[in-house]
Amino acid sequence: MKDILRSLVDILGERGVSNAAEELWFYARDPGVLEAHFPDYVVAPETTEQVRQVVRLANEEKIPIVPMGNGMALTGLVIPLKGGIVMDMKRMNRILEVNEKARYAVVEGGTSQGALKAYLQDHHPQLRHSLPDAPPTTTIAANVSLHGQGRLTQQYGFNSDMVTGLEVVLPTGEVCKIGSPSLGPYWFSKGPTLPDLSGLFLGWLGTTGIFTKVGLKLYPNKKIRDVEIFVTDRVDLVPDIIYKLTHLEMLEDINAWFQPRPLMFKDNYHITMYFTGDTEEEVEFKRKMIWDSLEEFIVTKDGGFMGVGYMKPMLLEMPQRGIAAFADVPRGGGFEYSGPITLIEHYPDYALKVMELAEKYEVIYSSAARVVSGGHSMMFSISFAFNRADAAMMERVKKALDEATEFALEKGGIPWKPNYKEQRMTLEKLDPNTLKLLQMVKRNLDPNGIMNPGNWEVS
Amino acid sequence: MYALKFEKEICATCPSPDCLLKCQYMEFDKDEAHQEMMKLVNGEDSRVLTECVTCYACEEYCRRGNHPYYLIGERREEKGILTAPRAITNQWINMTAMQGKQMVGEVQDTALSSCLIPELGMLGSGKLFEDVAQAITFGAEFMCPAVHTHFAKMSVVKERLPKVIDHFRQLGVEKVICLHDECYGTYTSIAPAFGIEVPFTPIYYMDFLLEKLNEMKDQITPLNIRAAYQRPCSNRLIPQKHRLVREIMDLIGVELPDRTYQDENSLCCAEILRAVSGYRLANDVQQRNIDDMVECGASYCVFNCPACQSTLSEKVAKRGLTPVHIIDLCKAAIGEKELEVTA
Ligand SMILES: Cc1cc2nc3c(=O)[nH]c(=O)nc-3n(C[C@H](O)[C@H](O)[C@H](O)COP(=O)(O)OP(=O)(O)OC[C@H]3O[C@@H](n4cnc5c(N)ncnc54)[C@H](O)[C@@H]3O)c2cc1C
Ligand code: SF4
Ligand code: SF4
Repeated sequence: MKDILRSLVDILGERGVSNAAEELWFYARDPGVLEAHFPDYVVAPETTEQVRQVVRLANEEKIPIVPMGNGMALTGLVIPLKGGIVMDMKRMNRILEVNEKARYAVVEGGTSQGALKAYLQDHHPQLRHSLPDAPPTTTIAANVSLHGQGRLTQQYGFNSDMVTGLEVVLPTGEVCKIGSPSLGPYWFSKGPTLPDLSGLFLGWLGTTGIFTKVGLKLYPNKKIRDVEIFVTDRVDLVPDIIYKLTHLEMLEDINAWFQPRPLMFKDNYHITMYFTGDTEEEVEFKRKMIWDSLEEFIVTKDGGFMGVGYMKPMLLEMPQRGIAAFADVPRGGGFEYSGPITLIEHYPDYALKVMELAEKYEVIYSSAARVVSGGHSMMFSISFAFNRADAAMMERVKKALDEATEFALEKGGIPWKPNYKEQRMTLEKLDPNTLKLLQMVKRNLDPNGIMNPGNWEVS
Repeated sequence: MYALKFEKEICATCPSPDCLLKCQYMEFDKDEAHQEMMKLVNGEDSRVLTECVTCYACEEYCRRGNHPYYLIGERREEKGILTAPRAITNQWINMTAMQGKQMVGEVQDTALSSCLIPELGMLGSGKLFEDVAQAITFGAEFMCPAVHTHFAKMSVVKERLPKVIDHFRQLGVEKVICLHDECYGTYTSIAPAFGIEVPFTPIYYMDFLLEKLNEMKDQITPLNIRAAYQRPCSNRLIPQKHRLVREIMDLIGVELPDRTYQDENSLCCAEILRAVSGYRLANDVQQRNIDDMVECGASYCVFNCPACQSTLSEKVAKRGLTPVHIIDLCKAAIGEKELEVTA
């Protein structure tokens, strides 16, 4: 048997590999509730060639390999469930190209959201990307690999829909370009008009390959952003309110949320809407349209706009730190959420379920749904906060989340960034022929089952 | 339960129902105003119950000691008529609920009340407040509940006010300096109107400021600026104190040029109007008010209430006026603070 450590050092150099206990401890876990599992090695490549060589080695030796961005998916997706190599992608953090006129960027497989945001602000202030509310250190490649959503998802769909091309290291070690970059130097289309092969990788949670380059759509960065919050105490009206708002085709982002604390938010459902403009007139026109669209609810006193004055700086922050603050409610905190993608018309049922689960398991809840592509669906987050020092509380949160996923599946929803248990539940419910197709894809791409094993285990 | 003391007869014989005649949001002729007021007095339906935007001003317009605004609130609540949407009304009730999170400084016989407004803590500091700053109180436990009158939740006012007063009583204070007009208005207007006893002497912060500034007269350098004053809704509960603004401004060298929307004819900041009547009216009021500030040649907009300041600061700044609180202007006059200038 090969000396794996020696081989890895040969590929990556001393500084690119570790099996030191303290490092393995760190890479054994994520900030969510799932139990830790130790890897055998941690590697941090700097080039596609290094990624390719490590993957080839892993495939030959049948060693599991887990690509990792910032480990903030929270659902244990980078916990090496079967040991092996964790590949930390963060040293591949370059922004390779921005095509201003075609509005796309090409970044390496470990580039963070914050780095792209800062780069665009400095060099292309007219452009922006769909920033998720995750910490800025989280990576773009990971986000598209789990079908993340961001600030522009209401307008343009999942962040993975915004991919314009990929460079992927396949589990068997080939470097493969997907979309327009497979034909020429431009990264403007991930599929059309070719067969769209990006579907073999997007949403697969690193189980079919490792992204070493991602092309991403950029969008106009308007000079002014503003925000309004509509509040109602009738959960049954939330879908109608969102329907009216999406009809406007004017909003950057729409989030519907509720939480029992602080007390001012108790018993109400809040719909936060963001809108932009290059002039005051444009912004005020949009504000007028927004108010007018919800007039009927105001007249019946079923809902109204709350004052956002003092909250505005926090609301307009990108990413928003408020979500992380929620995690610290019980101090020593952490939080995890289940975020099924579902129909907006099911919002009331989900909302009631969250409260029911919070009561049953005695945990603190909050929920924030993000509208996806003009109202075709939403990501409904069911979040529970926990105190890391309280094992019983963490156990209750786990149970509550499992039950939430069961509920979502019963309602015909799709779990988002599911942990391995939720993936299993999903696969059990999947149409058998769809499952068969997934198996064919997985077996062909990853014959030795080395890529992030334990996740999307279709065989 | 406490009940509003309202003299029916005074209205019945009122020669000029100014309460409604002067209302800036509804049009009446004299007869109509009288009739509508009598409907309110007698507990009958009136268009006032659905059209009043809760600007507080009729409390000032009535010069015969009755309380038309409180009466409107009472009648609305009796009939279950909401001013704002339920969710907003309840949000305010929850937001201001007592949760045991109050902060109390070293209070002896005097307290400096900053209501539930964090900005007031900062304002009530420095040389002018040297003797009392340590006696600050903050929190829902010490917050006047007058804001709930905007939502016609008089029951919340009546339920919470005695508790607030009791919290001050427990501190053993003789005097409470109120940094917010709403507090002073609550203790001197709402409390007596509902027969709620106030066992301490409320002191209006502008009285306190004036006294201090007079003591420190030799340290004042006139600011030589022109300003427009933004009168808050709650000053309508204590119209007798309105003159103090001019007295203070005179003392620190701030000219208040005449403008259309001043004194009885003032326009409020319109934040509550947004919730009660929507953005159109709120925008219109703010637009007229700020246009008027600009037209009178002011370069500063002087605030008395931090809530008005938070609502209008950005808007006035966009029109070239520098927003500033009256206390900060006084601090600038005694050389304790730089006077900011909007670029
Ligand atoms: C406070 C908070 C707010 C959040 N808000 C949002 C939000 O608004 N929108 C949103 O989408 N998410 C959100 N998240 C979830 C999550 O943080 C993001 O989805 C984030 O993009 C994950 O990135 P990461 O680098 O941490 O991924 P990781 O956890 O490191 O990885 C996630 C998955 O991607 C795979 N992967 C990583 N790199 C690669 C690669 N180069 N090639 C192939 N596969 C790879 C991993 O194997 C894993 O399966 C939030 C999380 C937190 C804590
Ligand atoms: S409230 Fe005052 S002004 Fe109005 S009718 Fe009665 S007495 Fe006259
Ligand atoms: S509170 Fe204002 S709007 Fe209402 S009746 Fe009195 S003056 Fe008119």
